[in-house]
Amino acid sequence: MAFDVEKIRADFPILSREVRGRPLVYLDSAATSQKPRVVIDAIAHYYEHTNANVHRGVHLLSVEATQAFEGARAKVQRHIGASSTKEVVFCRGTTEAINLVSQAFLRPRLATGDEIVVSHLEHHSNIVPWQIVAAQTGAVIRVARIDERGEIDLDYFTSLLGPRTKLVAVSHIANSLGTINPIEEIIALARAHGAHVVVDGAQAVPHQRVDVAKLDVDFYAFSGHKMYGPTGIGVLYGKRELLEAAEPYQGGGDMIRSVSFESTTYNELPYKLEAGTPDIAGAIGLGAAIDYLEALDWPAVQAHEDLLVEVATKRLSDVPGLRLIGTAQRKIGVVSFVMEGVHPHDVGTIVDQEGVAVRTGHHCAQPVMQHFGVPATTRASFGLYNTLGEIDRLIDALDAVRRIFAL
Amino acid sequence: MSDLRELYQEVILDHSRRPRNTGTLSGARRAAGDNPLCGDRLTVYVAVDGDTVRDVRFEGAGCAISTASASLMTEAVRGCSLGDTEAIFDRFHTAITSETDAPLDIDALGKLAVLTGVRQYPMRVKCASLAWHTLRAALHGATAPVTTE
Repeated sequence: MAFDVEKIRADFPILSREVRGRPLVYLDSAATSQKPRVVIDAIAHYYEHTNANVHRGVHLLSVEATQAFEGARAKVQRHIGASSTKEVVFCRGTTEAINLVSQAFLRPRLATGDEIVVSHLEHHSNIVPWQIVAAQTGAVIRVARIDERGEIDLDYFTSLLGPRTKLVAVSHIANSLGTINPIEEIIALARAHGAHVVVDGAQAVPHQRVDVAKLDVDFYAFSGHKMYGPTGIGVLYGKRELLEAAEPYQGGGDMIRSVSFESTTYNELPYKLEAGTPDIAGAIGLGAAIDYLEALDWPAVQAHEDLLVEVATKRLSDVPGLRLIGTAQRKIGVVSFVMEGVHPHDVGTIVDQEGVAVRTGHHCAQPVMQHFGVPATTRASFGLYNTLGEIDRLIDALDAVRRIFAL
Repeated sequence: MSDLRELYQEVILDHSRRPRNTGTLSGARRAAGDNPLCGDRLTVYVAVDGDTVRDVRFEGAGCAISTASASLMTEAVRGCSLGDTEAIFDRFHTAITSETDAPLDIDALGKLAVLTGVRQYPMRVKCASLAWHTLRAALHGATAPVTTE
């Protein structure tokens, strides 16, 4: 099963559209990936044939909707190697998953002076929820610094761990730079100090197979929309005993067993943590995305994506006045850069005119920008559908930037 | 590329590379503005004598559009009465936020007309307007920083 990128591209309807008179070059998959036809069809099929609320009605549609929704949960469970569907909590996305851990699990366990360790590489969604819970409890945030390549300084990280460390929060892959963090070592180090670990896997799940059991991670959060699924659905994996020990995150329908004004008892996992009608279509779409991903030849996909980063890095390095931001030895999916004399926003507008979609800004990672002393970067990020020809288009578009700014 | 040339005209590139009236004014009214989306930050200082904007300066870092807009703004309002400054703000703001096919009063806009190309780029209107909102905040004595979000 060889990797044929043109065959892959044919699976993604949007890739055949034009932007400003040119074929679209979509280099913003780290923000959100495009969706294959099978995902779009699964969502449409659900609304056209099955739509009903789940876990409630005795009528046929409700039964079918429940089966499809729980079937999607089972796909997630198998895909990430969780031991039970009780360990798979559906939520809106990575952000909500992390907020859930911070409020439902961590908050009741924190005392004044307890410590939460985060890395300097984190997305705001893996910083701010911890700041909120720290402010609520008197806990303290400790920041694991990064070096000039954008890699976590493991020695320094280790020095931060101590008896007060209650939790370590780190990304599997950094969204702004593409650095692959050594989470196996980080998990082992945290575990040795009795700290729980939350991994933000949003950027990892689209690019590699993740096995939460093998990682022995406590919590692993990710979003559907970055792994070729729809927006609005995400997953919090948690070890069963930890989720059991968590308090309810939100109160409402579906998360209860019985309600009276005298006392309310909560539902079992995972429903205890899923108040309200879930994104049923989103979960089904995510299930379709997982089916799509599982049918791929993964070693070939990874070789292709590695080649994209390697070639993009080399070609960009040859652009005069361009500085790569984030040069970690192990990277995936992302090349971030600045051009001397041109603000990233101007780069973004000009390359957009050439039909090339890149992200410009701080990538919800302002501490990373501060570390490198830049207000923003231009980020090209890849999905399995990108081609070497599209990297040529990016380089050509950057030539247009240099022409306009007379660089 | 015709639209882009309209956006990145020589006047804009010139003002972004060599912005006029940069720096601080001690004792002047001041306000800070930022565009969280792109990380642009600037501070506008404005010295007012009676009813007249005697001097206006800015400092900060931003994209070509926001820097050029700030620079052109300082030239446009220096020496104007407060009422005229307000009128220029209104004229400029109306122009850059108007529909792309709406007629523009190029004569009334003067040199600022070069910035009206941002109408074609909704995501960039904030870049062009940041300095202006910040100037207004300084004149009105606002205490909270101006933000485009």
